[in-house]
Amino acid sequence: METTKSNTDITDKVIYTAKDFASDQDIRWCPGCGDYSILAQVQRTLPSLGISKEKLVFIAGIGCSSRFPYYMSTYGFHTIHGRATAIASGVKIANPDLSVWITAGDGDLMSIGGNHFMHLLRRNLDVNLLMFNNRIYGLTKGQYSPTSEKNKITKSSPIGSPDYPFNPTSLALGANGTFIARSMDRDPKHLQEMISRAAKHHGTSFLEVLQNCNIYNDGAFFLYTEKETKEDNVVYLENGKPLIYGKNKDKGIKLDGFKPVVVDLNDGVHSANDLLIHDETSRELAFILSSFVEHPELPMPVGVFLEIPRNTYEETIAEQFEHVYDKNGKGDIDELLKGKSTWEIK
Amino acid sequence: MSEDILEKTNRANKIKKEVDSVTVRFAGDSGDGMQITGSQFTDTTAIFGNDLGTLPDFPAEIRAPAGTLYGVSGFQLQFSNKDIFTPGDEADVLIAMNPAALKVNLKDLKKGGIIIANVDSFEKKNLELAGYASNPLEDQTLEGYYVYKVNITKSTLEILKDLPLGTKTANKCKNFYALGLMYWLFDRPMDITLGWIKEKFAKTPELVEANTRALNAGYNFGETAEMFGERYEVKPAKLPEGTYRNIMGNEALSIGLICAAQSSGLKMFLGSYPITPASDILHNLSRQKKYGVITFQAEDEIAAITSAIGASFAGALGVTTTSGPGMALKTEAIGLAVMTELPLVIVNIQRGGPSTGLPTKTEQADLLQAVYGRNGECPVAVIAAATPADCFDMAYEAVRLAIKFMTPVILLSDGYLANGSEPWKVRHYNELPKINVKFRTEPEGFAPYLRDENLARPWAKPGTPGLEHRIGGIEKQNITGNVNYEPENHELMVKLRAQKVKNIENDIPDLEIEGEKSGKLLVLGWGSTYGSITAAIENQVAKGNKVSHAHLRYLNPLPKNTENVLRSFEKVLIPEMNLGQLSKIIKTEFLIDVVQLNKVKGSPFKAKEIEAKIEEILKG
Repeated sequence: METTKSNTDITDKVIYTAKDFASDQDIRWCPGCGDYSILAQVQRTLPSLGISKEKLVFIAGIGCSSRFPYYMSTYGFHTIHGRATAIASGVKIANPDLSVWITAGDGDLMSIGGNHFMHLLRRNLDVNLLMFNNRIYGLTKGQYSPTSEKNKITKSSPIGSPDYPFNPTSLALGANGTFIARSMDRDPKHLQEMISRAAKHHGTSFLEVLQNCNIYNDGAFFLYTEKETKEDNVVYLENGKPLIYGKNKDKGIKLDGFKPVVVDLNDGVHSANDLLIHDETSRELAFILSSFVEHPELPMPVGVFLEIPRNTYEETIAEQFEHVYDKNGKGDIDELLKGKSTWEIK
Repeated sequence: MSEDILEKTNRANKIKKEVDSVTVRFAGDSGDGMQITGSQFTDTTAIFGNDLGTLPDFPAEIRAPAGTLYGVSGFQLQFSNKDIFTPGDEADVLIAMNPAALKVNLKDLKKGGIIIANVDSFEKKNLELAGYASNPLEDQTLEGYYVYKVNITKSTLEILKDLPLGTKTANKCKNFYALGLMYWLFDRPMDITLGWIKEKFAKTPELVEANTRALNAGYNFGETAEMFGERYEVKPAKLPEGTYRNIMGNEALSIGLICAAQSSGLKMFLGSYPITPASDILHNLSRQKKYGVITFQAEDEIAAITSAIGASFAGALGVTTTSGPGMALKTEAIGLAVMTELPLVIVNIQRGGPSTGLPTKTEQADLLQAVYGRNGECPVAVIAAATPADCFDMAYEAVRLAIKFMTPVILLSDGYLANGSEPWKVRHYNELPKINVKFRTEPEGFAPYLRDENLARPWAKPGTPGLEHRIGGIEKQNITGNVNYEPENHELMVKLRAQKVKNIENDIPDLEIEGEKSGKLLVLGWGSTYGSITAAIENQVAKGNKVSHAHLRYLNPLPKNTENVLRSFEKVLIPEMNLGQLSKIIKTEFLIDVVQLNKVKGSPFKAKEIEAKIEEILKG
């Protein structure tokens, strides 16, 4: 079976605009919520993907971001807490022709839905998983989430959260994901590019979107998203290119043994030749990049950490069916009813 | 055949005694192959043409330490020349492969019954493990029984000694020696098991040779040893004309699902997580790809059901199979299927509970969970199979109702039905009622929560142009399906969902009464108690007592005439393998008092237990 071409690639030339993907429902997110931008970037990206509208299915669990399907004019399923990934698996396996999208918050996906998250990635169904990471429980009004930093003061942790947080990209790598990327609600252009890359990946695409909750965790990512600080604290990953960042493009990352360190490109000692070159096909490098967030001195990487080819789950299933049909043909149902041995009563 | 053997055969044949029914129990260590022995005897007996009922009874441990009481595995079957309904109350013949097997099973042996004991295993260590201070084969313990001491182990090893097998492997063939002996004792043909051995061990010819030798040796021992005073003959049963097969409950259920999927034209998607005693359905269906069945072994019970819900949303037939603890985990998702009004079949093969309970033992204690066990007003259709073969019909029916009413349907079976077997008159696919599916394709006038005459909403699958819509677990506005929190709308939707499930009563058969249509006593059953109740009533009627039987296959909603049936009798007796769950439902639904007969011992009712209660009521 052909492994490089998705079933959901362009089949008909349908021309859409972003507006065609907006439903008639009032959007009920808090004014100023980062979710608005993510919704807008998805709607703006979809026309360029050329997927017929009736083939699009948006599936979500529970949480603020999980209302997403109601605001799309496509097929949609607002399910139960943590289970969007499992429900999406059933949808995709039952009909591989559909383009299946999952929108989930960090609580929904990493906490109650943590199990299904891992298994979706290892199975590698051809679906797109957008995680809106605001490092807080929004819908339940402000408890710490599995991505909240340790010691965070929240409604349920008045003297600080005792939990050490998950690193979502490391978790996705550990679960053998084949596409792992990060973007930000406040960088529309980059976010659109990442959504497009995720959609085109053949297999499960995991896109973590850093999203501001302006009510319960305002400014959690301002260091990375605001004009004054962004350039000195974010490194944009580009395949085949060295890791350079900073207002004046004067900072780089090089490896000291296994340890990533920041170097000054103007110090007369270092040049771009010393730097780490991004390779989207290296799982080992992806682990190193993924660890950056655990080191405050390192910039936050955004972009595609990893994209590798692997057969999808539904392709393997299709191959198994083909194999069975080739070998035995389609089954005669009366043979099934009779079983292996029968006897006659006259 | 040499003259010598021929002469002996004739002699043996001369003292063949014809009997109507026999109950045999094979018992040994869980590694002794008792389940294989029992099922081989069953297959042979079925093809020979007897009616039969089986009761496998095995520990939850895969290979419990040898010789222990808790490691004993048993297989009981009753076979007969007439129509029978149970695996038999008490065994006529017990094959005890070791002292523990004797100790555990002696209480279920008829007084004066036959014990065939593997005398080689009755040595010091095994006797101690079984808690025997002295050897029961030699003291007074077995007084009143016919005891045959057979060197099953030694004879098996002896006959295999020239084969290149280790003692351990050779020792494992001893169950076929015991089986051969039973084939002789009950005059059964050997060819079915000989064929099975050839197929099963095709890759290891020495095991084909070894097991064939052991089987023949056991048979020949019976014939030549002059140990047994008589052989027994059970003539084929006079069942209605037709082609028959032997079928186990889980197999019947699997086939029923496949036939229903085929009839509806839907792709079947099974989302399942391994759990005893439901796993065999997953195994059966995973082998049936040639019928287009997709099986998804999920990461947990929740993913099993939610993936099936997703498949149903996408236009496939979503099915999930489990047992009690799995049902508990699926509860929230069942609510989602109720709220989104998608077809879904949920199969619960009940086992002893609560919690992990008794994984390999049977019970009927998940009825209230099935009918009521969810948050909110959450109506679900609940149906139950009555016999192993009935699992076929009820699986087919579950699919039909789920599609017609766009609703989840819970199908209850239990460990006894799942692993028990009976002869089944083979159905022809063309004779099955057609299941119709109407996918909505017309965009004009479409709304996701429109309703047909049954109150079912349209099934509009993704991929259909112009029908893009959103569903979800949050309350929906009537007709439009938009998110809606208004109090009037919520109450309307709660009532619509309840009425829809209630409407199923117009689409199911009336509750039938077996026996007199009114009178002093009705025995009302549901699920796997069918066989025991039927056998009990047959005996009671033969004694001249007046008692009738009605058996519920539909538990929610109940058949429309249920109350009328119950009110036609002075008293209603409900035997259940729980503490009175159907009794509770009947009492609350109809304000009718009932007499309860409850058993929660992990094993089905014996007919005599029900008979005792019937006699007590009739006397009073």
